[in-house]
Amino acid sequence: MKRLIFSSILFSLVLSSCKKEDVPDYNTNVKGPLSVEFDNVVGTTDLQLVTGNYTNASGESFKVTKLKYYVSNFSFTRLDGTIYTVPQDESYFLINEADASTHEAEFDLPEGEYKSVSFTLGVDSIRSTMDISMRTGVLDPTLDGGDMYWGWNSGYIFFKYEGTSPVSAMGDYLYHIGGFGGYSSATLNNIKKISLDLTARGTPKVKSGKLTNIHLFADLLKVFDGPSTVSIATHPMVMFDAYSATIANNYVRLFTHDHTEN
Amino acid sequence: MNKFFWFFILLFVTGLIACSKEEMIMPFRAFEKPATFPEPSYRMSSNPITKDGFELGRKLFYERMLSSNNTISCGSCHIPTAAFTHHGHSVSHGINDLLGTRNSPPIMNLAWSTSFMWDGGIGDLDLQALAPITSHVEMDETVENVIQKLRNSSVYPALFQKAYGSSEISTTRFLKSISQFMLMCVSSNSRYDSVQRNPNSIFLNESEERGYTIFKAKCNSCHTEPLFTDQSFRNNGLNPSVRNDKGRYLVTLNPTDEYRFKVPSLRNLKYTAPYMHDGRFFTLDAVLSHYTSEVSQTPNLDPLLQSGTVLGIPLNNNEKADLLDFLETLNDRSFVTDSRFFEQ
Repeated sequence: MKRLIFSSILFSLVLSSCKKEDVPDYNTNVKGPLSVEFDNVVGTTDLQLVTGNYTNASGESFKVTKLKYYVSNFSFTRLDGTIYTVPQDESYFLINEADASTHEAEFDLPEGEYKSVSFTLGVDSIRSTMDISMRTGVLDPTLDGGDMYWGWNSGYIFFKYEGTSPVSAMGDYLYHIGGFGGYSSATLNNIKKISLDLTARGTPKVKSGKLTNIHLFADLLKVFDGPSTVSIATHPMVMFDAYSATIANNYVRLFTHDHTEN
Repeated sequence: MNKFFWFFILLFVTGLIACSKEEMIMPFRAFEKPATFPEPSYRMSSNPITKDGFELGRKLFYERMLSSNNTISCGSCHIPTAAFTHHGHSVSHGINDLLGTRNSPPIMNLAWSTSFMWDGGIGDLDLQALAPITSHVEMDETVENVIQKLRNSSVYPALFQKAYGSSEISTTRFLKSISQFMLMCVSSNSRYDSVQRNPNSIFLNESEERGYTIFKAKCNSCHTEPLFTDQSFRNNGLNPSVRNDKGRYLVTLNPTDEYRFKVPSLRNLKYTAPYMHDGRFFTLDAVLSHYTSEVSQTPNLDPLLQSGTVLGIPLNNNEKADLLDFLETLNDRSFVTDSRFFEQ
């Protein structure tokens, strides 16, 4: 009797799994795991911190010693156009090239097939000015020795990109890009909203019990070569300064969707 | 005669109370908004001030472990008897005697401040401590390290336990404790304040009264009562020094903010010399001379300091003397002698 029950369970499992393969049967009340992988690259090569030698379109050779950036406020659009916005408290990530455990932002999403992802490169102004008790984890301003926060001009550094280059008079280049718009009077706002189509390179099909992974490339050449050409020789150091907007307008094109693992 | 008699009786009784207070265990005086002050700008409900939180904050304020070589505390450059300034220093020397670039501002009535630092770069009192701790010429430390040092200390876990119910030392608890201490530093007991609380009193003499009238006509639009600052950023016509500090421009990058600095309060001037963002004036006479005859036409000079081609604020010598007499009434001796604020 027991064996019969077991066999019938097994049979129904097989049946239902077959059904899954053929016609996706999504239950939007059930969530499944989805990760978004931020794979930092330089052109067509994978980024190698410290050792890799690269050249931008201006012919300037450079190495990369540090790359860290905030991504936040994720939302995902289903094929039918409905949008799932990740609860804000769970929607902040600090990608650090030197720490592989930070390369994936992980979510639990309602089951379904998604056609696009949107997120912010940086930290939104509301969170940037929230009570300190609401800014823990990667948003703790003291994280990594305060590496991603300006104490003298309250605000997160959204994008920190450092390296060496023979064309720089000081031997290295330092790009610390931030600016959320200011506490009390308007100033730099380098918060960038990114939207990526996922249909061309494979839509994620989120289903409970299996992991779906959206694999993004972040191409550092785009920092130098975008709507504007950024030269290391001319601008080896850009921090809280008007020129940072030029770099931010370039890096808004940093990301592309490479593929999806369903 | 009768008046004097009662005055001495009052003095005597006050003296008695003061004596007996020292004998007793002082009850904790919670944060209180002075009746003549507006509502605080700080979100008081986000950080309820308790005796243990305040005392922890005070200990942290005078804690030298906040600096990388354990030599400098907040109190090094913010001395309570100088209304928490670095009295006598144009700019302060921090770690390894390195010099900063701006005059150490007083810590008083910060619950009403809408921004912090001379350029207003800091938007929340809870974030203020991050700047001096990480500044390479002040404490040159990371808050992460400070918290680690506090966790490893033999006293702090118990103090956090007392203040917060668990010995966990987090960034939030660390910063909010220091805020509690700073919020409690309320200065509202100058003679001016006594007059405000009791307008029928005769605490101001004739010269002070005249000075008050001049103040209201010529100073109050920026140094607005009762905090004696309107919290705005203005260029008061100081000649830029070699350093060419552009003030608020550095945090907004807005050209119209070049050479603007936060309007400082006029309270406790007796204890807070030297004056201006770079401490260039050692006396109030020098400050008044600046306003009457040394204002420079620099970018974004405040419109209130120019009328036609005439720069500055016209004041004759009698008016200056009266004004100085009035400013004297803004000194709050009880604030700079309040032992609650001293290192214990």
